[in-house]
Amino acid sequence: MQTLVNKMARSRTMSKSKTKSTNVKFRDALTILLFIAPAFIVYAVYVLYPIFSTFRYSLHAWDGMSEMTFVGFANYIQLFQDAVFWTSLTNNAWVVIVSVFVQIPLGLLMALMLFAPIKGIRFMSSVYFFPFLMSTVAIGLLWVLMYDPINGIINQLVTLLGFESVSWLSQADTAMFAVLLVVVWQFAPFYMILFKAAIVGIPEELYEAAKMDGANALTKFIHITLPMLMPTIVSSSILAIVGSLKAFDIFYIMTGGGPNHGTELMGTYMFKQAFINFNMGYASAIAFLMFFIALVVTIIIQMLDFYRKKRGAYS
Amino acid sequence: MTATFKKIPLYVIALLLLVFTGFPFLYMLSTALKDQSSFFEAPFSFFTSFNLENFASVFEMGLTRYFFNSILISFLAVIIVMFIASLASYPLSRMKFKFNRVLFLIFISGMMLPIHATLIPIFKLTENIGLYDTLWALLGPYIAFSLPISIFILTQFMQEIPKSLEEAAKMDGCTHFGVFWRVILPMLTPALMTVLIYNFIHLWNEFIFALVLISSPESMTLPLGLQDFRGEFSVNIPGLMAALTLASLPILMIYLFSQEKVVKGLAGGAVKE
Repeated sequence: MQTLVNKMARSRTMSKSKTKSTNVKFRDALTILLFIAPAFIVYAVYVLYPIFSTFRYSLHAWDGMSEMTFVGFANYIQLFQDAVFWTSLTNNAWVVIVSVFVQIPLGLLMALMLFAPIKGIRFMSSVYFFPFLMSTVAIGLLWVLMYDPINGIINQLVTLLGFESVSWLSQADTAMFAVLLVVVWQFAPFYMILFKAAIVGIPEELYEAAKMDGANALTKFIHITLPMLMPTIVSSSILAIVGSLKAFDIFYIMTGGGPNHGTELMGTYMFKQAFINFNMGYASAIAFLMFFIALVVTIIIQMLDFYRKKRGAYS
Repeated sequence: MTATFKKIPLYVIALLLLVFTGFPFLYMLSTALKDQSSFFEAPFSFFTSFNLENFASVFEMGLTRYFFNSILISFLAVIIVMFIASLASYPLSRMKFKFNRVLFLIFISGMMLPIHATLIPIFKLTENIGLYDTLWALLGPYIAFSLPISIFILTQFMQEIPKSLEEAAKMDGCTHFGVFWRVILPMLTPALMTVLIYNFIHLWNEFIFALVLISSPESMTLPLGLQDFRGEFSVNIPGLMAALTLASLPILMIYLFSQEKVVKGLAGGAVKE
């Protein structure tokens, strides 16, 4: 390595007498190219090109093996008339809503508790973070066992309280709720650490000043903590929304989209159409719509953020 | 006295959260330590038996293989990502050129991308290059989908490194690669730690690519293997719990040994300093 660098350095000093600027420019261009190429090639092969392929496939009827037949936008037309697709879209919206309005507030509460002046909070805070470290598959299987109608611990508690035991995951009206609870359980700790980092960053003087003015804990929270955390709340919401649109693992493991499509998401529906029914064209149309929705949501969020910042600059 | 009295609600909330987050883990461990008959006799008793047999049988059923596969593919992918993402981040954060901004945006927009949008083409590509149903099928997708967050973290960090250091090295006759290798890379260590932890934990838990690209047990990673165990253990609930406990252990251990680093690593992608 050392000698190579030396050699390159020597050749550089020798070439200095020649047309210096074009040489340097060419060298810079070559450097940029060589530095970015490895990452870009992998990224192009596995991310960029597949998106175009997905769109191309979505215009065809295709079982994945035999010849494709071009059908134009027929897959999309069929998709918009497909009741299951609308169910899955609605369920995705539920995941978004629960993520933003349950998960994030719970994460904030957990983060605030980390600063509470009580004994044992260091230990508790370690435990609070556990769920986020477990693999989604393990989480899904664990909760399936906990929800089990006969041997599950949750139903044991339910019957202990004098109610009938519930088949949480195989009834349409409880399955979505049951899985969403697990989603909250898994991801609230993630928002906890984001909020913790933000709370640490709030200047202590603000609280001292408020104390002098005789503010109590609640006023301090509403007038100092909450406004100071606004940027984190916004960025957490972005992460929650984008993450929810991609949701797949936990639903696939726990219910597989059932019962009777009650917990179907765009992700699980696409997977079934592609790798169980081998409707690759139709599945590509779902996949491309997922991409399109994520794109539109991202652009809207960026624009809102842009205007928020712009307004902030004048106020 | 009133001060302690006032704290009671705080304790109540803290304990409720503790039960909510920690209880499933206790239940998992307690059940894993029961043998079949004592589970059916008393499925809800806590830590009444300490039987390690389940753990042994889980290993016999091939968990070791899944562990090995997961460690191998996650580490390999993360090491490659650390190298090529740092390389790409150098010009993206420190050099002026025409398509800099566009390229950067193309890279980081991958963070928003649903994996499903690439699934079928990657499945076909993997088949065509003959890697379907091997562990190596996962390498490309794992690297590619780790790049956006890694480039995001690394470019942010590199922007903070003063230009003067680089110029001093150039005066001494260093090439760009020399500057990168001897000046920038050593300073990147904290950011590279973040990249390592974040990506390792995510790849260790990755499920959907493994589900689509692998079907035979000898190539399975841990999450896929667990899903496979589910069928084998359909009646042996303590056995499945033992498998879940073992699968969760490595990351929990890493976390307990270096809590600060893991928390920082996982927040790394989202917290801007």
